[in-house]
Amino acid sequence: MSEIKRDVEFGAGTAQETLAPEPGATQEKAITGRTPWQLARARLRRDKITMVVLAVVALAIVLAILAPILSIIGVLDPETFHPELIDGNTGGLPLDGGGGLSLQHPLGVEPGTGRDVLSRIALGMTFSMTVALSATLITVVLGTVMGLVAGLLGGKTDFFISRIIDMVLSFPVTLMLLALSGMFIDIITKAGVPAGNPSNGAYIVLVLGLFGWPTIARIIRGQVLSLREREFIEAARSLGASNRRIYFKELLPNLWAPLLVYGTLVMPAYISAEAALSFLGVGIKPPTPTLGNLLTYSVNYAAADVTFFLFPAIAIAILVLSFNLMGDGLRDALDPKADR
Amino acid sequence: MFAYVVRRIFVGAIMLVVMSLVTYLLFFAAPSDPARFTCGKNCSPELIEQNRKALGYDKPVFVQYGQFLKGVFVGREFPDDPELKKSAPETIAECPAPCLGYSPLQSDTVSSLIATAAPVSISLALAAFILWMVLGISGGVIAALYKGRLIDRALVGSALIVYSFPTFFIGLSLYIFVAIKWQLTPIPVYTSISDGGIGPWLYGLFLPSLTLALIYIAGYIRLTRAFVLESMGEDYIRTARAKGLTQRRILGKHTMRAALTPIATVAGLDLGGLLAGAIITETVFNYNGLGKLAVQAATTYDLPTTVGIVIVAATFIITANIVVDVLYAVIDPRVKYS
Repeated sequence: MSEIKRDVEFGAGTAQETLAPEPGATQEKAITGRTPWQLARARLRRDKITMVVLAVVALAIVLAILAPILSIIGVLDPETFHPELIDGNTGGLPLDGGGGLSLQHPLGVEPGTGRDVLSRIALGMTFSMTVALSATLITVVLGTVMGLVAGLLGGKTDFFISRIIDMVLSFPVTLMLLALSGMFIDIITKAGVPAGNPSNGAYIVLVLGLFGWPTIARIIRGQVLSLREREFIEAARSLGASNRRIYFKELLPNLWAPLLVYGTLVMPAYISAEAALSFLGVGIKPPTPTLGNLLTYSVNYAAADVTFFLFPAIAIAILVLSFNLMGDGLRDALDPKADR
Repeated sequence: MFAYVVRRIFVGAIMLVVMSLVTYLLFFAAPSDPARFTCGKNCSPELIEQNRKALGYDKPVFVQYGQFLKGVFVGREFPDDPELKKSAPETIAECPAPCLGYSPLQSDTVSSLIATAAPVSISLALAAFILWMVLGISGGVIAALYKGRLIDRALVGSALIVYSFPTFFIGLSLYIFVAIKWQLTPIPVYTSISDGGIGPWLYGLFLPSLTLALIYIAGYIRLTRAFVLESMGEDYIRTARAKGLTQRRILGKHTMRAALTPIATVAGLDLGGLLAGAIITETVFNYNGLGKLAVQAATTYDLPTTVGIVIVAATFIITANIVVDVLYAVIDPRVKYS
């Protein structure tokens, strides 16, 4: 696959259904039925790695939400230049010959400008995750609608949607995102989005969503096709339930688990995609920081200022790894029988 | 079987035609004027008009697409003007079939641009493919055999961590540190086999293909591990063990055979997607393959070249899909053609 759209369907190992009684639970207690969500929660609690990455993801989200607020009240300072911390004679490298790490600037200062790296990475996370999350939402909503429609209506509609899915999946995605950017950013700007970074950001979100939905649609369609034949649908139908009730009350609740899992796995792919597109020159541009454009800028100083090259990359890697592991953990918890 | 293959190829061909139409419309029916992008900075109104006529952009977009299709099958000439051909044949650019268009910015036919760049991308893709298949599958088998032990966790974990870094970061780290700063390998430069022989060709390919392979290895380790574990739980493996076969024979003859089938499918699709160029890796290592050509075309608004590469890439992907499905049916006798 192209390098951006990473395959999100890899699973690990076989899940084992070992629901030993929880510590502290009394054995004499009568056996009570547990809802699927309760079962999933119990399984999750036993999965230490997933609990850790859940905490990391939660922390990242809190940090991403707080970063703009902290920047306004002055705790983080991503914009102030510190010419006194960089050396004009070496092309703007930090004065100490390393990354300029200090108590005021725990991750150092940016070569060339002297801006605080920690603040820029924190705010960069805000923008990167906003882009990735918006694109994920579009992907999931579009994928669900198309998958549901194809699976439920069947016949010609299904054929038509399935061919569109095949076609979109056959496009070289990275190349399309790159090649369409000039033209589509123009169109987005003309449609009233402010020129510059708002348009660039909107473009990334839109095209990632537009090229990303087929995978989800395929999964949802498959789920609908198999659920449609199950006894509980037949039971509902024989009780005289309307189509509407069957779609929304019987089918949709069964789709939450795969949607949550695949949504979680799309997110890291889009965080990587934002970085890759930044490297190719598409997307949100400095001075607005994103993890992608920070890393792209740091490439110029890779050999001279190693810490500045490493920190944005590590930030991206931690996010991507945590979301991927979280997706795997959720899948094991929600769908232990999943075919992998 | 034969009927199945024919039908798949037929459907694939139709899909390709539809895709090329969609691509063509996306780039040439956009509100921006394609002729304006044909001459870069030295555009004058006269030159724009001249190019517009020469490339056929003055005609309706569906007629243009018809000419494009005609070019693919029988070739065409730019400008398509019989009178001019008589009076000044030297001003006409011949574009023999399969003609994917003419790039005025590069003063060359798109087909010949692609033909020059393709060997680089194909070499890179194949080298990476071999690396990741060998390392990924052996890693996956080892992880499965030592399931739950330290070596399993280390393999799966480190592969996942590498996978989490952006491709260009991995590529640039290898390039800047391994090749330039520490000089552990020569600086990767592509040398074709006809220029330097097999040795320099492989030498030049090492770091770029390693970069690409590192991205894929994580997936293949996990995939192999999962399939090997799954097939090790099957009844026929217990039978094999019960009749006294050695561990080695069971793994080689029974487990791997079942596990390799699904891996072959995924591998075929991944390779098909890579043949048309690894955009980021080629950009990082400055390899003049299809990926780099595509980036160059996209950033200079070289629409004919962009469209050409998109169509070539789609052809590779669609072909890989068909090959994989047919191959799957050949490898796995349980699969029915439908």
